[in-house]
Amino acid sequence: MTSQENYKVNSNGYYGKYGGAYVPEMLLPNIFELQENYLEIMNKSSFKKEFHYLLRDYVGRPTPLYLAHRMSEKYQAQIFLKREDLCHTGAHKVNNTIGQILLAKSLHKKKIIAETGAGQHGVATATVCALMGMECIIYMGAVDMVRQRPNVERMKILGAEIRAAQSGSKTLKDATNEAMRHWINHPTDTHYIIGSVVGPHPYPDLVARFQSVISEEIKFQLNEQIGRDYPDMVIACVGGGSNAAGAFYHYLDRSEVQLVAAEAAGLGIDHKKSAATTFLGTEGILHGSKTLLMQTPDGQVTEPYSISAGLDYPGIGPLHAHLFDSERAFFCAVTDEEAMHAGIALSRLEGIIPAIETAHAISVLEKIEIKDKVVVINVSGRGDKDLDTYITWGKY
Amino acid sequence: MNRINEVFLKKKKRVLNIYFTAGYPKIDDTLRIARALEAAGVDIIEIGIPYSDPIADGPTIQDSSQNALDAGMSLKLLMRQLQDLRKYVNIPVILMGYINPVLQYGFTEFCQNCKKVGIDGVILPDLPMQEYIEIYQQTFEKYGIYNIFLITPQTSKQRVLQINEASKGFIYMVSSASITGAKQEISQEQIDYFECIQKMNLSVERLIGFGISNKETFDNACQYASGAIIGSAFINQLKKNNSDEAISSFVGSIINP
Repeated sequence: MTSQENYKVNSNGYYGKYGGAYVPEMLLPNIFELQENYLEIMNKSSFKKEFHYLLRDYVGRPTPLYLAHRMSEKYQAQIFLKREDLCHTGAHKVNNTIGQILLAKSLHKKKIIAETGAGQHGVATATVCALMGMECIIYMGAVDMVRQRPNVERMKILGAEIRAAQSGSKTLKDATNEAMRHWINHPTDTHYIIGSVVGPHPYPDLVARFQSVISEEIKFQLNEQIGRDYPDMVIACVGGGSNAAGAFYHYLDRSEVQLVAAEAAGLGIDHKKSAATTFLGTEGILHGSKTLLMQTPDGQVTEPYSISAGLDYPGIGPLHAHLFDSERAFFCAVTDEEAMHAGIALSRLEGIIPAIETAHAISVLEKIEIKDKVVVINVSGRGDKDLDTYITWGKY
Repeated sequence: MNRINEVFLKKKKRVLNIYFTAGYPKIDDTLRIARALEAAGVDIIEIGIPYSDPIADGPTIQDSSQNALDAGMSLKLLMRQLQDLRKYVNIPVILMGYINPVLQYGFTEFCQNCKKVGIDGVILPDLPMQEYIEIYQQTFEKYGIYNIFLITPQTSKQRVLQINEASKGFIYMVSSASITGAKQEISQEQIDYFECIQKMNLSVERLIGFGISNKETFDNACQYASGAIIGSAFINQLKKNNSDEAISSFVGSIINP
């Protein structure tokens, strides 16, 4: 690996050998429209102004970069928590939905569709649709609708229509399939807000750019607090990988910063019930991009498992597949049990109950040597939505 | 000569292409249904490779795919089932599927085996033209397998010309902005689109698919192209009754005057 290596997407939509836009002809005009316009729109000063205004006054940015004193003492390191859990709606997801709804408006789209697994991205999408007065349809797996009832109701309160994905395993990947089918049937007036750094180019790049506000803030906040704009290590959890992409973004080409991604191992990587894609996945094509995914030898996409619904996805964004292959990022597999204990540890040490997704990132502290290092952990979301899971688990 | 070209040499109008999912309704039905379709008077057969996440397909084809997968269908097994294809079936046979199972099978091996068992063409809707040209075209051509492209009402004229340039056999003309199995009558908007493409005088033949379900829609589509493709409606027929007689009367109901 060389320090000149560039980890940003190339002009064909690839990160190394991963990425691209493997979509049926029916979707290509929409994808081309986005490819041709997204950078120009996002770089307009009027767009930037409105995006940053909403991030500040509506989302509540910048989110704090908090030096976790007791945790730092425990691990003999300087551990900073990037508090995305304090964003409006309780997670980083809203950074992307604010950006994409402004993009949709610039493209004169009238309706919004989105997929959701645990419901966090669905809530963040329903929120910005209410904010902008746009029609909103959310696809959610029928199984997930039962598991995540409060989020279903939150979306309804916000005025969104929820449609149950009844195909396949009736979870996140099927909700994504249904959203894509809807887009095929309504190609001209609808924008599809994908919730992670997955999907056909330019989605992985545009979502990463909207989320990159996380590392942009880390830079100036660290500079204020320790006099340099980079840590020794950034840790984030990865399902599809949007919060990690945002936390890594401005450090991708800075080899002095170690990047660590926590994947959900479920019951363990030697167990069938897992979602650790870099450990168990192979190269293939899922939801429009070439990436690492969990599949059978016959190329059928398999159903992953994690206690955390937000990490329960059979693939990983193409950027992360490239970071894994090139060894730019270190991938750590964290089991359900390890994550739950880490969630309790953060609660007790710092008074912050994290989302179970985030708890996977916290658990990394137990797995790698961080003594005397400056470490930033991205606290991607708060744990309120996971109370039932904490209660069912019960070991606190 | 590729069998697809032979069909269009003999028949300029009312070419009927019927789709069914491999291993549906029963895992061993693939070859039997292909034979029954030829006996019934179909011109081209399209066999679907079942996939867990078929995003261009509606519920009918999704269900048939899932059904076949649950029964143990795979691309490997399909190739074995097709070993004796050319002992029994003379008309062109096309495989339709998504790119991921083909990549896992091994792309070169896939083309080799297609040639070996007598497959004439392949439809992979999620293989974009750019990737096709850069990575896959050479191998397709080496083994004489035609890659069939789709166009839709949203495809720009310029792109239709590029696709015409890259196409062999025929162009699959998607009748409307939809996934498969959408039931509707052919609208004025669609007719405008069909006529617009007709006036472009493309060098490659066109078959219209999506939303073609019976004699009326077939006849209608045939006014604007060399023929049409029926998928979901035939799967529904197989679901109801998949005997050779039922297949024969289904096909008859479409092609007989």
